[in-house]
Amino acid sequence: MSETNGPAEPERGEDLMADLAASGGEPDEGQARHRVIGTPAPAQARTLLADQRGEPAEVRELPAGPEDLPSAKRAERAVAACFTIAMLAGLGFIASYVIFRVHTINNVFHSNLALGLTMAVAFLALGAGAVIWVRRLMPNVELTEQRHVLRSTPENKAAFAKTFEEGAEASQFVKRPIIRRTLIAATVPAVIAPIVLLRDSGPLPEKSLDHTVWKRGTRLVVYGTNRPLTPAEFNSPGASLSVIPEGFADNDDALAKAATTLIKFGPDELKAPTVMNWTVDNIVAYSKICPHLGCPAALYEQTTHHILCPCHQSTFDAARGAKVIFGPASRPLPQLPLMLNAQGYLVAQSDYHEPVGPSFWERS
Amino acid sequence: MSWITSRRRHPAAGYAILFLGLLLVGALYASITGGGAGAAAAPPATVDSAQISQGHTIFLQDCATCHGAGAQGQPGVAPGLIGVGAAAVDFQVSTGRMPAAELGAENARKPPELNTAQTHAVAAYIASLGGGPAIPSAAQVSTSGADVGLGQQLFVADCAQCHNFVGAGGALTNGKFAPALTQATPTQIYEAMLTGPEAMPVFNDATLTPDQKRDVVAYVTGVRSETNPGGFSLGRIGPTTEGLVAFLGLLLFMVLVAIWITAKHGKTKTHE
Amino acid sequence: MSTNRALEGVGTFLDDRLHGARGIRIFLRKIFPDHWSFLLGEIALYSFIILLLTGTFLTLFFQPSMSTITYHGSYLPLEGVKMSRAYASTLDISFDVRGGLLMRQIHHWAADLFMAAIFAHMIRIFFTGAYRKPREVNWLIGITLFTLGLIEGLFGYSLPDDLLSGAGLRILEGVLQSIPIVGTYLAFFLFGGPFPGNDIVPRMYILHVLVIPGLLLALITAHLFIMVFQKHTQMPGKGRTNQNVVGQPMYPYFMAKTGAYFFFIFGILALAGAAAQINPVWLYGPYNPVAMSAGSQPDFYMGMLEGALRVFPAWNWEVLGHDFAFNVFVPALVPLGLIFTGAAVWPFIEQWVTGDKREHHLLDRPRNAPTRTAIGMAVITFYGVLWAEGANDIIADHFNVSLYLTTQIAQVAWLVGPILAYIITKRICLGLQRKDVHLLEHGVETGIIRQLPSGEFIEETAPVDEEARAVLESRPDYEPLPDLGGTGDVPAPGMRGAVGKVRTRLYNLATESVPLPAGNGHRAVEGNGHGQHAVEGNGHAAPAEVSSGPDAPPADGEH
Repeated sequence: MSETNGPAEPERGEDLMADLAASGGEPDEGQARHRVIGTPAPAQARTLLADQRGEPAEVRELPAGPEDLPSAKRAERAVAACFTIAMLAGLGFIASYVIFRVHTINNVFHSNLALGLTMAVAFLALGAGAVIWVRRLMPNVELTEQRHVLRSTPENKAAFAKTFEEGAEASQFVKRPIIRRTLIAATVPAVIAPIVLLRDSGPLPEKSLDHTVWKRGTRLVVYGTNRPLTPAEFNSPGASLSVIPEGFADNDDALAKAATTLIKFGPDELKAPTVMNWTVDNIVAYSKICPHLGCPAALYEQTTHHILCPCHQSTFDAARGAKVIFGPASRPLPQLPLMLNAQGYLVAQSDYHEPVGPSFWERS
Repeated sequence: MSWITSRRRHPAAGYAILFLGLLLVGALYASITGGGAGAAAAPPATVDSAQISQGHTIFLQDCATCHGAGAQGQPGVAPGLIGVGAAAVDFQVSTGRMPAAELGAENARKPPELNTAQTHAVAAYIASLGGGPAIPSAAQVSTSGADVGLGQQLFVADCAQCHNFVGAGGALTNGKFAPALTQATPTQIYEAMLTGPEAMPVFNDATLTPDQKRDVVAYVTGVRSETNPGGFSLGRIGPTTEGLVAFLGLLLFMVLVAIWITAKHGKTKTHE
Repeated sequence: MSTNRALEGVGTFLDDRLHGARGIRIFLRKIFPDHWSFLLGEIALYSFIILLLTGTFLTLFFQPSMSTITYHGSYLPLEGVKMSRAYASTLDISFDVRGGLLMRQIHHWAADLFMAAIFAHMIRIFFTGAYRKPREVNWLIGITLFTLGLIEGLFGYSLPDDLLSGAGLRILEGVLQSIPIVGTYLAFFLFGGPFPGNDIVPRMYILHVLVIPGLLLALITAHLFIMVFQKHTQMPGKGRTNQNVVGQPMYPYFMAKTGAYFFFIFGILALAGAAAQINPVWLYGPYNPVAMSAGSQPDFYMGMLEGALRVFPAWNWEVLGHDFAFNVFVPALVPLGLIFTGAAVWPFIEQWVTGDKREHHLLDRPRNAPTRTAIGMAVITFYGVLWAEGANDIIADHFNVSLYLTTQIAQVAWLVGPILAYIITKRICLGLQRKDVHLLEHGVETGIIRQLPSGEFIEETAPVDEEARAVLESRPDYEPLPDLGGTGDVPAPGMRGAVGKVRTRLYNLATESVPLPAGNGHRAVEGNGHGQHAVEGNGHAAPAEVSSGPDAPPADGEH
């Protein structure tokens, strides 16, 4: 009973039977609407036959091939061409791996391009071939499958409830409260224990967030070059520089709080609430760590005296104690007290007078 | 309202909507973009003989209208130039920022109006008024033997927060911008660090020594000309453009493929 | 044929031991409906598989250690620079392993595509109402997958320990620190001490390659299993009811299509990996806490959080003598928390409002649920404003807008935008519904002009064909809410007092739409009947009124 590429045939009126995959599905209302899209001939019935019916599957569920043979031949060639391209590209990938060296930027560029393009062509050709195969070679069908109601039948639910209750009774769980309660009590530590086990994942913060490594006499050195500075050297109004405490250039944990921005002002430019006792020769030092979320707030505009943090655009007025003039930061940058040591280098008078960096609960 | 709806099928209706939409977007954009009002551009200079007097002449013609006849500056218009040094003048003029076309928040790089000889002449004249940093020599800006690694470290600590990690530029406050460093010559980069043009801070030779400045120059010039081994650079400004490509490129492509795969079959040659 | 016999042999071997014939046959015959938007979830699925494959390759070479070394590798500009082993191994993968850079780039592009696809898929599910019963559990699994994906991506791009992602970790630490009472402890426990410490990269590594992928794999499997078991939803159309699935069978059709889609995804990701540079960590340099770049953004899927942090005003309060960083705590946790929580409870809220507890397997066209679509667009606009604000300095630099102005605009647009989006979307949906009603009532214009005996010209219209009619007529069939009850009557449970009034109001809002023509568009007149237009002008009176409540009983008896 083959029905491939026949002329107009009357529609077969097979009933659609539910595919009762799960037990207890509801029988459907027997719809018999099928439609095969895009074929000139009226549809030959496509059905899903139930196993329960007991009838052998006489009618094909899917047609054996497409109706339009010449176009199918063309499609077949197209698909074969795609797959051939994919194979060649795949071989090209392997060849590229062998041929193209790396280790320099230009070589890496060529290797990456060759490997990536061959891989891309291979996969895209495979994909295109597969799509053409489905759309033009596989015969067009539209099938219908019945859904089954998800809710279980009352019988099944009752049976479940019965089994569950019987088991609960047999286990005596409900009848013997002492067992129940002590069991729950026994599992409580098991729930808390994993949390407790995480305790040693880090030290307690204690007071470490309140201080940096700056101390009285710590020299300011230029980040990257580690040179100390005298006011005579750092003497151009409008100069700004990243400085760190001497001796901590390799200690990221210390730098994450101790990084400092040094700025030189012209005469009479610094105003309150900048603490003038903490400046030397109109040179002022502010913490570089933004009090919003800890990014280095480093962008300094010498014309406006704005320190801008590039993360979330908090802006501080360096001439006025680095108070906040825009953005989400809620506290000014702490000012580092400066003085000169015996050799004339810029050093810290002490640590910052408040904790550096983002807010935290224990701060105030 | 019914006048509009009754003409909604007019052939020009679609074009009218499009035009109105463009007008609206354009007006909105114009209202929020930066820019300044300004004075007219200065006329070009004429050349004279000895360098300083030549520079003086050029200065009087092109610069004095804003900076004053004695380079003393005018408050609110232009700063004084006594003591800024030849390097500052060379930077500003050779990048075309000066003579400024208009008074704005920012003077952007534009084609220079004075040639090299004229620029050096004006620079010499200004230097004669009050000294200041000199134009660096070729040896000072040559990158051979420079420590590019140190240059990178100094750049990301002191420069990248304005100019971006490879010098692609960035936004400053109130309409100002830190320019991209793609066109600056080594001399100009050196001079910019040395003199701190406009909002840029000053890095004199005691804070960043000439060698360290060379390292920074070597880093900037090296990285900007570096091949992008991964393909198109997408602007080197980070994940913003990457996200755009992911949505407008990759996802959109996959949606188009999905439409192709699930399209109704096109075998409707004889079908009515 | 011998192939057949071989297959038979294998099949028998397995079936003897594993009993598969019936179940696997049912699976092979499963019907999958066809609509392009149903493939969005597959983009996410296949991107995930590609992430697993490329990620495994990367784990062979990556060293998750923060110990410092001096670099002497192939990338010369960083010669002699001190960096962590993690960063150095990333440079080695990029420059010294053949295919390493390709795998890194494919991996990162796949992560971006994974998140973008989840986004698009989630939006599709929402706008078509596919989250309704019985699929609420899958919806919740999906939201969990979204959250896990965010965290997985954050950890993934932070592993190389470069300047950009290190700044992101700094922000993460600041956010943790800001949590009241336990914040500093959480931060110290996660980082193993003060920031940056030595532990965060190895800890993120094991979470990124083992724990979270394991969770993702388990949840994705559950997600797919539930979807296959419940059968996929389908768009309304001819022959499609709430009790069936119409489409093509798994074997061989859907298998081929989905396999093809996998190859396309892999192919486009390979193309991106070849031709579009992503995450060039050698340009960012190794992380150090003193350095910073302008235009620092996280990967796009974290962009909304970044924007929220930028837009929020500088509110910092003293609570009981303690520093409560309101300006950090709120933007970091509230906007995204609201969106995800709202999404999670949405199916249940909708059930409560509409009183609809039936199974839904037919999808809604977004225009047919105007309120839901409008709310969805409002949420997307809210998300989008904060997302754009996350890149505000890039926008300021490239579009020549003042930096502060972008933030000020966002500080207004976060509220005004969603309100506008709601109103506009609602109007558009209702307008589209009117267009559908118009088509049903008047048919399709054919472009054929006819002259009547009276001399008047009319355009002929043809009735819409059956397939289009089935789509146009598809409407959600709402059941009426129980009455509030008059004086003396006892209202139904759930309708009492103020709650009942609110529920009724929301119900009316939710079911607001343009009603279908009388008789559901079945025209009473034969031939062209109803549909004759004058060539110019609209000829017809006021547009169809909007009404709420259940429509006239549907004609095809779909219940």
